[in-house]
Amino acid sequence: MITVTNKNTETGGDVRLSGISKTYDNGFTAVQPLDLTVPQGSFFALLGASGCGKTTTLRMIAGLEEPTTGTVHLGDQEVTRLPPYKRPVNTVFQSYALFPHLDIFENVAFGLRRRGIKSVKKQVEDMLELVQLGEQARKKPHQLSGGQQQRVAVARALINTPKVLLLDEPLGALDLKLRRQMQLELKRIQTEVGITFVHVTHDQEEAMTMADTVAVMNAGRVEQLGSPTDLYENPNTTFVANFLGTSNLIEAEVDSRSGGEIVLKAGGGKLVLPEARYAGPTTTGGKVLVGVRPEKIALTHADEAGEIPVGRNRITGKIADSSFIGVSTQYVIDSPVCPEFEVYAQNIDRDDRLVPGAEVVLHWNPAHTFGLDADQDIDAGIQEEATV
Amino acid sequence: MATLTEAPPPLSPTAPEKKPPRRRGRFTPYWLLLPGILWLLVFFALPMIYQASTSVQTGSLETGYKVTWHFATYWDALADYWPQFLRSILYAGAATILCLVLGYPLAYLIAFRAGRWRNLIMVLVIAPFFTSFLIRTLAWKTILADGGPVVGALNSLHVLDVTSWLGWTTGDRVLATPLAVVCGLTYNFLPFMILPLYTSLERIDGRLHEAAGDLYAKPVTTFRKVTFPLSMPGVVSGTLLTFIPAAGDYVNAELLGSTDTRMIGNVIQTQFLRILDYPTAAALSFILMAAILLMVTFYIRKSGTEDLV
Repeated sequence: MITVTNKNTETGGDVRLSGISKTYDNGFTAVQPLDLTVPQGSFFALLGASGCGKTTTLRMIAGLEEPTTGTVHLGDQEVTRLPPYKRPVNTVFQSYALFPHLDIFENVAFGLRRRGIKSVKKQVEDMLELVQLGEQARKKPHQLSGGQQQRVAVARALINTPKVLLLDEPLGALDLKLRRQMQLELKRIQTEVGITFVHVTHDQEEAMTMADTVAVMNAGRVEQLGSPTDLYENPNTTFVANFLGTSNLIEAEVDSRSGGEIVLKAGGGKLVLPEARYAGPTTTGGKVLVGVRPEKIALTHADEAGEIPVGRNRITGKIADSSFIGVSTQYVIDSPVCPEFEVYAQNIDRDDRLVPGAEVVLHWNPAHTFGLDADQDIDAGIQEEATV
Repeated sequence: MATLTEAPPPLSPTAPEKKPPRRRGRFTPYWLLLPGILWLLVFFALPMIYQASTSVQTGSLETGYKVTWHFATYWDALADYWPQFLRSILYAGAATILCLVLGYPLAYLIAFRAGRWRNLIMVLVIAPFFTSFLIRTLAWKTILADGGPVVGALNSLHVLDVTSWLGWTTGDRVLATPLAVVCGLTYNFLPFMILPLYTSLERIDGRLHEAAGDLYAKPVTTFRKVTFPLSMPGVVSGTLLTFIPAAGDYVNAELLGSTDTRMIGNVIQTQFLRILDYPTAAALSFILMAAILLMVTFYIRKSGTEDLV
């Protein structure tokens, strides 16, 4: 059976970054001063588009990049100036960086041998068993498939029972199906060994599937940090709202406040936003961005508008486009308050009248509405996601 | 009942069935090979056959040479000239090792540390080729001249005492000694070592160094366990490209050496052009070729480079 255990106790594996930043010689600041604590044993994801500073942050933890300011602590030990080979941290590199001249066994044994451990056979075999590669021990890396190489990279790092395992876009080179499979696999391994995982990815779905806590990074800063559900349901910025999934954002104006609810004017109609879901100022006449996720919205043909229960937020519009994708149908609605309103409807009872050109009413439970400060770029985070 | 079991017909009727067109360009690879093969045939295979026949001829310049299958020429040549053979291998070996020791750090520097200076250093490595081999070797004659600054400096540092004791130099002379010949060989063949070394080092993924460091390897260990093994193809081709021509070289021994430093190349040259004993010269050439082939095969087997990616 699996004998990999984590010998680090309680806070031994906390990663603490204090005021850490990185400015390159050419003046480019990859990471703005950043404070971050990753608790022992958690699966932490740094999510962001390419160039947002997530990989640089990871490399500073690994010691492959020296921070311009700030400190890195692993548990109680300060490691800011330690070279990588003295840090109790291991990395799964993007595109794996397996040693091409060594076989799988020797690749996995590399770290143990460097630390002067003589009898590595048992440990290496157990580790190869854990990643289901026992049969491949004597093959060279180039003889394995991408998914197998990926598992070797994980095994090679994990066998050293590091305090923290760093994963730099480890699944980026795999095809979609294999990626899904490896996500679950990595999650399983993490639960099994209990080591802190810090995972860098640009794939929001991957981050949400695997991580307990996700930090969304943008332009060298952490935009928001929280559990996947928290980030998805309560984005703090338009970047997070658009980068994680899709959000419909409507520019609205504060009309009145009563009983924990803010009533807003948008276009001709009124929308209700729970006060608890908006942190910004609510002076009457002030601007607010109202957001709602596409799957929270119901679609009713304009002829039956009267059947919509009262108390729901509603918007009228015309279907511009619809695409049937099996479990759901995705509609793009042209509405006066928002030119491209997205709605995902489950295909339970399909209404045949809902085709492009049809007049519809969009309605949703006000509790699903969130508010964002209107001073931000409403499209932040959209382009980045589209290019992924 | 009409059930739909067929896909709707395509919009345009399918073209009538045609014979697949004859694959053109089937012979292209052979046409492309032709010039090379012709070249090899005329300038390598034919001279080789001619030389092979020469090596088993007997006779003299006056009476003419005839093929008499006189294989004894080979034994006689080997018996007469084995010291020169041995010396060639020794000098070429020493020069190869020196080239490796000098060339590896430079190749490493160009591949990993040179940054924007990389191209400039590469040009500097190749720059000596812009002058003739002969001129460059002659220049060494000036550099190592008796009483010149180099010899003076080596003398005052007592380096020459050590090299004389080792038999590499004689007295306070460097010119006309084994050291001078080996220096000349090293200098002349150094680029042939650096270029393949650089090529194989440059191909190494920099992330492998990071990965080794991440897995607790100190920089020295990273070099020993990752960089050097991965540069083996370069080491092997570099040493071959240096050793093979150095073993057959005669210019360095001729210009920088003395009668005591004659290499096999010098003997062959003399036999061909001065003594005009063509069979012996041809036999010596074949012995040299066979010896090098044998050593190279053994070396490649030993270094196990066929296993490298």
